[in-house]
Amino acid sequence: MLKTEELQINIGPQHPSTHGVFRMLVTVDGETLVDLKPVFGYLHRNHEQLGEVNTYLQNMPFTDRLDYFNSMVNNHAYARTVETLAGVEVPERAQYIRVIMDELSRILNHATAMGFMLGDMGAWQTALLWGMREREKILDMFEYVSGARMMCNYCRFGGVVRDIDDWFITELKKLMQGLPHYFDDFEGLLLNSEILLARARNIGVLPKELALAYSVTGPVLRGSGVAYDIRKAEPYAVYDRFKFKVPVGTVGDVYDRFLVRIAEMRESYKILEQALEQLPDATGGFINPKVKQQSLKAPAGEAYARVESPKGELGFYVVSDGTGSAYRYKVRAPSFINLSALADMCKGYTIADVVVILGSIDIVMGEVDR
Amino acid sequence: MSDLQTQMDLEQQGVLFTTINKLYNWGRRSSVWPMQFGLACCAIEMIAAAASRYDISRFGSELFRASPRQADVMIVAGTVTKKMVPQVVRLFNQMPEPRYVISMGACATSGGPFRDGYNVVRGVDLYVPVDVYIPGCPPRPEALLHSLMTLQAQIDVQALQQVRWYGDDEGVVNEFPIPVFGAEGLEVAGIPGTADPVGGTPKMPPFVSPALGGKGERDASIKALEGNQPKPMLRAGTVTIEEVGHGIAG
Ligand code: SF4
Repeated sequence: MLKTEELQINIGPQHPSTHGVFRMLVTVDGETLVDLKPVFGYLHRNHEQLGEVNTYLQNMPFTDRLDYFNSMVNNHAYARTVETLAGVEVPERAQYIRVIMDELSRILNHATAMGFMLGDMGAWQTALLWGMREREKILDMFEYVSGARMMCNYCRFGGVVRDIDDWFITELKKLMQGLPHYFDDFEGLLLNSEILLARARNIGVLPKELALAYSVTGPVLRGSGVAYDIRKAEPYAVYDRFKFKVPVGTVGDVYDRFLVRIAEMRESYKILEQALEQLPDATGGFINPKVKQQSLKAPAGEAYARVESPKGELGFYVVSDGTGSAYRYKVRAPSFINLSALADMCKGYTIADVVVILGSIDIVMGEVDR
Repeated sequence: MSDLQTQMDLEQQGVLFTTINKLYNWGRRSSVWPMQFGLACCAIEMIAAAASRYDISRFGSELFRASPRQADVMIVAGTVTKKMVPQVVRLFNQMPEPRYVISMGACATSGGPFRDGYNVVRGVDLYVPVDVYIPGCPPRPEALLHSLMTLQAQIDVQALQQVRWYGDDEGVVNEFPIPVFGAEGLEVAGIPGTADPVGGTPKMPPFVSPALGGKGERDASIKALEGNQPKPMLRAGTVTIEEVGHGIAG
């Protein structure tokens, strides 16, 4: 009998396809993957501990650095938690502005995430460069409102830090004119590509039951065929006023997750259109003037608030003892929990598929390790 | 060339005057290949600098190499944690000379926003010598491009007779000690007491940049930062201004 020997390989922590400092300890039998052990902690930055030391407002810029693609969404989720805890009203205009920023973030995130995934597959450069091109346009908008490209630090308790103006809205409309074109181009470039089909179809299948058991969320869950989206399941901000669909996949493979993301970008575009149409005028203000931002004290208690981040359910859990900073502060990071399903998604496929499957989960190490 | 005008006239007619040093440095400065290696948020801006809008290839640095053996510059883009720093040093040791380090962002330079934390290294220059520092959190891609130009300017003035990677190896550090976890945290070269204790200031001076004439040794001009008692973490409401930057003597 011919016997093969199992081999252990380290992928990472310095590897171009691990999306940050992440290590996978894989055991292979020939080309086939037998076991995978994720090793993380290489980017553990004491986020939660710092959150218990900082005042509530001081912690806002730290949330930017969790999922550094979507600082706007992180800000929104954190602001919502503290608002729930302290019972702060948010003016309607601010809610709309937050929704606009969230949906722009979603487009940005999916465009770049898909670019990275396709880069890992070998469609090197084009897809990623297209994604980065759209990202730069959106970052210009972010920079205009918040002053920073990536680390926006834009939300405040009870609103946002600066109002958007006519220039922003005109430019946003200009930007949006180009978006459908980009979605079509992106889809056309890849959907019929033999390489993509061969490398994505029936690869990394995550069955529905397993996805639910792992409490996976976001496009990974929807790719497996569960129509669960917090914007629908528990509408926050003003999401109940928009018409949009929740795209779902059927098989739960890499290809489905890819399709779900493209469809989600199109839905985000629809939400943006409606939000711009319904945006209330500036009379209601963009921030609740009664909130003392810097010396905010939350009454003793606890709160959990969540939003649908582009990667899944992003939730913050804050326990207050009545002082100016949190007593316990915990982040429910979608990347981290989605990553826990990685080993089961990879088993039985070849080692070359591992990077593709990892890319299709779309993780950010800042959020995984915190 | 004493007569610059004559030189320029001749160059217009196709006669090129140069020195070996200039030619050598021109070749090196125009192809500084970075290592494809990102640590955190700053890496995204590094990728943005490589993408079409900022186009790092205008400076000859578009070839991001996945292997340290093929790289000229290590861009430390992001937060270096105590778990990651042995790997960073190991990667740097694997790079062939001439090699350079760009410390991109507040985190790599000093620990940045996470400086007070227990798991963050307060400056990668405690472990490897850094040539160019970029401030910012994250630095804009333009800042990264500027740092490349700064590095090129540093390369321009290096002379073949003096560079540390030719000639006798006297006093040149090639292998940087890989920190290991000891009883009190990260230890460098088995020296008890960590270089970077939690809650205090780093106990060792940083490495001096080779651009300032160093050979990879620690900066002796900075008094060893001993005797700094660990400071308690800041609680909300008690705002004191702490010294930042490990270059400040205690
Ligand atoms: S300097 Fe800022 S942007 Fe860069 S890695 Fe550190 S926290 Fe992230």
